Amino acid sequence: MIEVRGLVKQYGAKIAVNDLSFDVEPGHVTGFLGPNGAGKTTTMRLILGLDYPDAGTSLIHGKRYAGLAYPMREVGALIDAKAVHGGRSAYNHLLCLAQTNNLPKRRVGEVLELVGLTEVARKRTRGFSLGMSQRLGIAGTLLGDPAVLMFDEPVNGLDPEGILWIRNLMKALAAEGRTVFVSSHLMSEMENTADHLIVIGRGSLLADCTMEEFIARSSGQTVRVRTPQPDLLAKAVSEAIPDATRAGVATAATAGAATAGAATAGAATARPTATTEADGSLTVHGLTAAQVGDLAFDHGVRLHELTVVRASLEAAFMELTADSVEYRAGEGPAEQPAPVSEGAI
Amino acid sequence: MATTTQAQPILSALPPASGRAGFGGTLASEFTKIRSVRSTYWTLLVLLVVSVGIGAAITGGTAASWSHMAPSDRASFDPTQASVAGLFYLGQLVIVVFGAMTLTAEYSTGMIRTSLTAMPRRTVVYAAKATIFAIVALVVTFVAAFISFFLGQLLLSSTHDTATLSQPNVLRAVVGSALYVTLCGLFAFAVGAILRHTAGTITAVIGVLFVVPILAHLLPQSWYQDVDRWLPDAAGRALSVTVGPPPGHLFSAWNQFAVFAVYTAVLLVVGAVLFLKRDA
Repeated sequence: MIEVRGLVKQYGAKIAVNDLSFDVEPGHVTGFLGPNGAGKTTTMRLILGLDYPDAGTSLIHGKRYAGLAYPMREVGALIDAKAVHGGRSAYNHLLCLAQTNNLPKRRVGEVLELVGLTEVARKRTRGFSLGMSQRLGIAGTLLGDPAVLMFDEPVNGLDPEGILWIRNLMKALAAEGRTVFVSSHLMSEMENTADHLIVIGRGSLLADCTMEEFIARSSGQTVRVRTPQPDLLAKAVSEAIPDATRAGVATAATAGAATAGAATAGAATARPTATTEADGSLTVHGLTAAQVGDLAFDHGVRLHELTVVRASLEAAFMELTADSVEYRAGEGPAEQPAPVSEGAI
Repeated sequence: MATTTQAQPILSALPPASGRAGFGGTLASEFTKIRSVRSTYWTLLVLLVVSVGIGAAITGGTAASWSHMAPSDRASFDPTQASVAGLFYLGQLVIVVFGAMTLTAEYSTGMIRTSLTAMPRRTVVYAAKATIFAIVALVVTFVAAFISFFLGQLLLSSTHDTATLSQPNVLRAVVGSALYVTLCGLFAFAVGAILRHTAGTITAVIGVLFVVPILAHLLPQSWYQDVDRWLPDAAGRALSVTVGPPPGHLFSAWNQFAVFAVYTAVLLVVGAVLFLKRDA
């Protein structure tokens, strides 16, 4: 359990973390998302006490990180896989970490085995690829069998097999009841891993919800239809308001939590629309595929295709963070980071 | 590289923990760190070779030219100081680099972030690092000092002007040079904690230990004598003299050492406070 309350960190004139509050619960993989420069690493450094906050607190199991009796037994954290002395062997690197927390030596060999680095245990880490360094860093986090795990961009540099491996590892760790807090700047990495999402932009909280809520909030209802009578169907869609509203809310409610209903209510109460695409198909917003099919049947419209189009989470994430991207290519002079006052959505 | 895709971690259970992670474990960790990088062995080997080698060259050279030396030169010759001069001047340089890098290398590699994540109680990390460095430096400088001394006396045996440890001030000079060189290393460690930059630290420490004394010599004589006793390196000069009267303008040998020790202690405290207060 990680509790972050009102965290503020300023580097010179730049506000890196702006009044950030959230909880990370055990038993889930919590994805910590935000564009580059959003303050994810800074937040993690503040939680670990590597940097000191200008205001606010962050507690792990109710204590400051530096106050934990055996930090590595409670928290395994990987901030920067390359933050090692390259002249030291993988084994000795892990040994010197284990010794600080009085962890048994045999544990070093075990975690090396677990991450698949046994064969290079005696090799100096200078020659390690980024992927191997990530594995070494992950091995370090597991030394103390901690209940809380924090990984900053752990899949950077991993090959597809490595990415699958770490996804499974994170899920397994969460399934064992551990708190798994993992940052990424790519939604696609989180899509299949995280149960809960904390999204930040420019140091401020943008979203703190379950993955289902995020999906429900972002994808809305989009249905692609092909019909020889597009005008007729478009007219029917635009007249289908009352039923659609009820159905929309009902769907969201069955999908889960109350906040999801609140999030989709806005979309559902908007008038369903049907837009004609360049290829002649119709894109219907605000109705389910079933509703569109029923509507077509009621109005005697023949359908050649009826497809549910789910907006990608990546697109939803881009939309959510669009205003808070710190570095963007080819836009001339960088815009000044405006003081963020909108708060959480 | 073997890859494991198993999802279920198979790790043996940890023994139950009691108490708190503290100085003992971190001391063991710092010892592992210092003994597990090759640069430690190279640095210490260079220190030994240079110290003993230069001492041997000076004493051997003196022995070879002894018959041509003027009686006044023979009278002022200090066999003890000559034998440990290598440790004194060049060993000092090596230990400064070693001391500086003990902490600055953690910053240049980024290891400090990993170290402080494993042990977030920074005072413990700082104290453990300084302690392990001091122990290693003491062992190596004592070994270098005594080898240099005995080899030097052996090479000087033909002159019949050799020193033994039982003569006045000789043991003080041998032990003192080892202590002085160790103190130089701790001085560099502390400056490293303050500057957190290897090259900057080495430059600053060499400036203080080697360049400032040279500049002091440019002062008018009476000013120089007032200033010199407050210079850090005066400790080494006072300790290593065994022949003739001690330099009159300096404090006694151990008091002169105390001056340098106080400087080092102050810098170590400043370094500790900054290590504690600053973002890693």
